[in-house]
Amino acid sequence: MAWFKRTKSNIESSTQKKEIPDGMWTKCEKCNEIIHKKQLEQHAYTCPKCNYHFRIGSAEYIQILLDEKSFREMDKKMMSADPLNFVDTKEYKKRIKDVIKQTGLYDAVRTGTGKINGHNVVIAIMDFAFIGGSMGSVVGEKIARAIHKSIKTKYPLIIISRSGGARMMEGALSLMQLAKTCGMLTRLSEAKVPYISVLTDPTTGGTTASYGMLGDINIAEPGALIGFAGPRVIRQATGKDLPPGFQTAEFLLEKGFIDLICHRKELREKLTQLIDLFKS
Amino acid sequence: MPKVVLEFEKPIIELEQKVAEMKKLSETLDIEEEIKGLEEKIQQLQESIYSNLSAWQIVQIARHPERPYTLDYIQRITTDFVELYGDRLFRDDKAVVGGFGKINGQTVMLVGQQKGRDTKSNLYRNFGMMNPEGYRKALRLMKLAEKFNKPVITFLDTPGAYPGIEAEERGQAEAIARNIYEMSKLRVPIIVVIIGEGASGGALGIGVGDRILMLEYCWYSVIAPESCSSILWRSWDYKEQAAEALKLTAKDLIKFNIIDRIVPEPKGGAHRNHEQAAQILKDILIEELNELKKIKIDKLLELRLKKFLNMGVVTE
Repeated sequence: MAWFKRTKSNIESSTQKKEIPDGMWTKCEKCNEIIHKKQLEQHAYTCPKCNYHFRIGSAEYIQILLDEKSFREMDKKMMSADPLNFVDTKEYKKRIKDVIKQTGLYDAVRTGTGKINGHNVVIAIMDFAFIGGSMGSVVGEKIARAIHKSIKTKYPLIIISRSGGARMMEGALSLMQLAKTCGMLTRLSEAKVPYISVLTDPTTGGTTASYGMLGDINIAEPGALIGFAGPRVIRQATGKDLPPGFQTAEFLLEKGFIDLICHRKELREKLTQLIDLFKS
Repeated sequence: MPKVVLEFEKPIIELEQKVAEMKKLSETLDIEEEIKGLEEKIQQLQESIYSNLSAWQIVQIARHPERPYTLDYIQRITTDFVELYGDRLFRDDKAVVGGFGKINGQTVMLVGQQKGRDTKSNLYRNFGMMNPEGYRKALRLMKLAEKFNKPVITFLDTPGAYPGIEAEERGQAEAIARNIYEMSKLRVPIIVVIIGEGASGGALGIGVGDRILMLEYCWYSVIAPESCSSILWRSWDYKEQAAEALKLTAKDLIKFNIIDRIVPEPKGGAHRNHEQAAQILKDILIEELNELKKIKIDKLLELRLKKFLNMGVVTE
């Protein structure tokens, strides 16, 4: 009986599990491809099969973008002082202590000077692993000082954002970091020093609504979620389904809010090219 | 009698009703003494209740539906107000109002978030939640003020920037960032007044200035207490704790130098007496405008930047 014969191929479940051997292998979060760690490094932490960009941190960007041993970190040990004495289900002080121990980072951004193919730059790189890359007093202060450094040295400024927005545990002080960083950017602009903003997955809230969107050049990594309100909040507020591709880098390019999308493997060369264009 | 009575206002309102009834009776009965006694009691009660408000109670007053809104203040504070509409790019956002007006004979630009009083007007005003075109409208008006060297006064009263699909399509984040950036270097004095709710980036998008004033019973923070509760406690039930933890009242914020001055409200809150609330604010605005006028603009811009650079607490 032909009716019962399956002619079409089975529907493939995207949640099909693949076994990951320990140690040297990682699974792509999008296509489930098993990738060797060496291979992942070679591909600048993107999936060789589907181009998924892994959520990497400052250490990886330093390795990918900067000339070897050129990074000189600024304000390395600046930490949050918990000005509000904030307690939710956990004390903020304890939360910070734990996350420092867990990540080896002191807050959600690292700043410093370095070289990209011989060009001096001031660079700030956010770490999502530190309380969702949230911006509190430390992030604002470090970014403001990085901008100051950029004004003094005339080195182009690069900020790589990956952040859920302002940090709740520092209340209005976190919010004021938007004004602090934007205020410093007006001075950078007066000094005519180029600022390149690199937006990565995800960048939302106060981070997008301050220095994130204010680059002379705004670059995004492919597929990155970039927006003001997060998708969950929008769905809740409007009761509507979000269109496919909503708030992705590609969406923002079409809407006119970023200059270009750049694959992470080509980011170093693209930054070099842009800095050279500004300089020449 | 007010239409909406908050839980903690009830004892005061009940006594006030009693006094009103007794006053009617006093035409025929000699109860002057008793009325006087009750009035004193009301005053005592009001003082004890209002000097011990919790953060959450202050949030409730800030959201009181009978509270004066931006246009209520503008009407009472200014003369010759001419409302100006639109961002010249997309459309007019009704969640923000603005225009030229005179305070004490001097022309100023007034811009503020506007809420509605009932369902219909709230829908029209989008509950005071601005879209990107609103921020661009505000910026257009502030630039206009800059061009003609008029001071800017902004009124903050929003539950947040509108989290809508179209808002994202038209660049909500960019619009807010642009405003914060441009206000940091606008070459005229800016006075910011928080008159109700100051919710996060949506408020700060018109909130950078030389003097930050805040009415007594308002809140200003990085997130609304309910949303904070839902994210950090994973439940909507901890809004009182969240309000307390966020340190979002005027008394808290002045300690962190986030605001410069607390504007006193009439007894029982601004919603109990719009005229008086506006008069108090007007006097303070005149004073502040006169002070700011004395400072040369380059110096003022330096002080404005420094003011925000000093906000934040870190250890090194």
